[in-house]
Amino acid sequence: MSTVIDALRDPSWSPYVVGAGIGVLSWLTFLFSDHPLGISTAFAKTAGMIEKAVRGPKVSKKLYYQENQPGIDWGWMLVIGVFIGALVSAWISGRFRLEWVPSMWEEAFGANIFVRLAAAVAGGICVGFGARWGNGCTSGHGISGTMQLVLGSWLSAACFFIGGVGIAMLMYR
Amino acid sequence: MIDALHNNKRLQLMLGLLFGFCFGFLLQKGRVCDYEVIMRQLLLRDFTVLKVMLSAIVTGMAGVYAMREAGWIKLHKKAGSLGANIPGPLIFGIGFGLLGYCPGTSVGAVAHGALDALVGGIAGIMIGAGLYAAVYPKLKEHVLNIGDFGDKTLIDVFAVRNPWAVILPVAAIIVLVLLVLEKMGL
Repeated sequence: MSTVIDALRDPSWSPYVVGAGIGVLSWLTFLFSDHPLGISTAFAKTAGMIEKAVRGPKVSKKLYYQENQPGIDWGWMLVIGVFIGALVSAWISGRFRLEWVPSMWEEAFGANIFVRLAAAVAGGICVGFGARWGNGCTSGHGISGTMQLVLGSWLSAACFFIGGVGIAMLMYR
Repeated sequence: MIDALHNNKRLQLMLGLLFGFCFGFLLQKGRVCDYEVIMRQLLLRDFTVLKVMLSAIVTGMAGVYAMREAGWIKLHKKAGSLGANIPGPLIFGIGFGLLGYCPGTSVGAVAHGALDALVGGIAGIMIGAGLYAAVYPKLKEHVLNIGDFGDKTLIDVFAVRNPWAVILPVAAIIVLVLLVLEKMGL
């Protein structure tokens, strides 16, 4: 029993154990929920819900929201679950710590919070925009789509890394 | 019986939460919600992220296709095109590098206290998604349909009758890549 608890408190597991675990989790989501794992659609739905709350019901007339109706569904609950699961995982291994600037960023670009946040927001906007353009993110395409051997998902996953490696190399030369 | 389960909306929301819990727990244990782990992957210095993804793909693929062959599940293949699956993901990739998290790992990073993931990740990604909704009609009309290839899989591309004729070689290549990474000490 104590070994199980020790394992749960361990802050880092082998990437192969984690990967295999995500693979098995995918079996379960296909079987019991008829859904693949995917995260970014929930962000678009939340954006739609917020826009609707701020700008009123005319937002629902937008073509994108007609085709992807904002609302709370399986995928939205999945994201809430990711937060709680990651929080419990970090908490029991004593990893929870509030931090504005990651140390690797600080070493290269300084400790200024606003510089880090400006880059993070610009990056986040590109991530959100690009995920909707490509119709999936590192979960929906990078894991769920590739495991189904979908051509568009393999192409997308390759482009995620081409873009990401390119910008990372420019940033941390 | 499984259809009744799929159609039980309230139960499905609970299952979504439960599956999400497991996903988030695993992502955090894999350290792939850490800025440094993700950036070191993009700098090709540490392959933790790729190891997690590739082992998830091999494991998932075997089970998902076995269940599909047994008639237990149906696949969920997204249709694609060159106009959708190249420019969008490249923009995503640039954002991935600037932000240092993807959508799922942003959520996971906030959960260990990363506030840059909250402001940049969660808020930024929603702003980006909202902006996309504004330009969507134009892109749909002019760009997304360029080079449309539908929901083709690699099995269709190689035009084989038995899906395992593609699944097994793909699995073998992934295992080989992982072995090489280990051998190189990455």
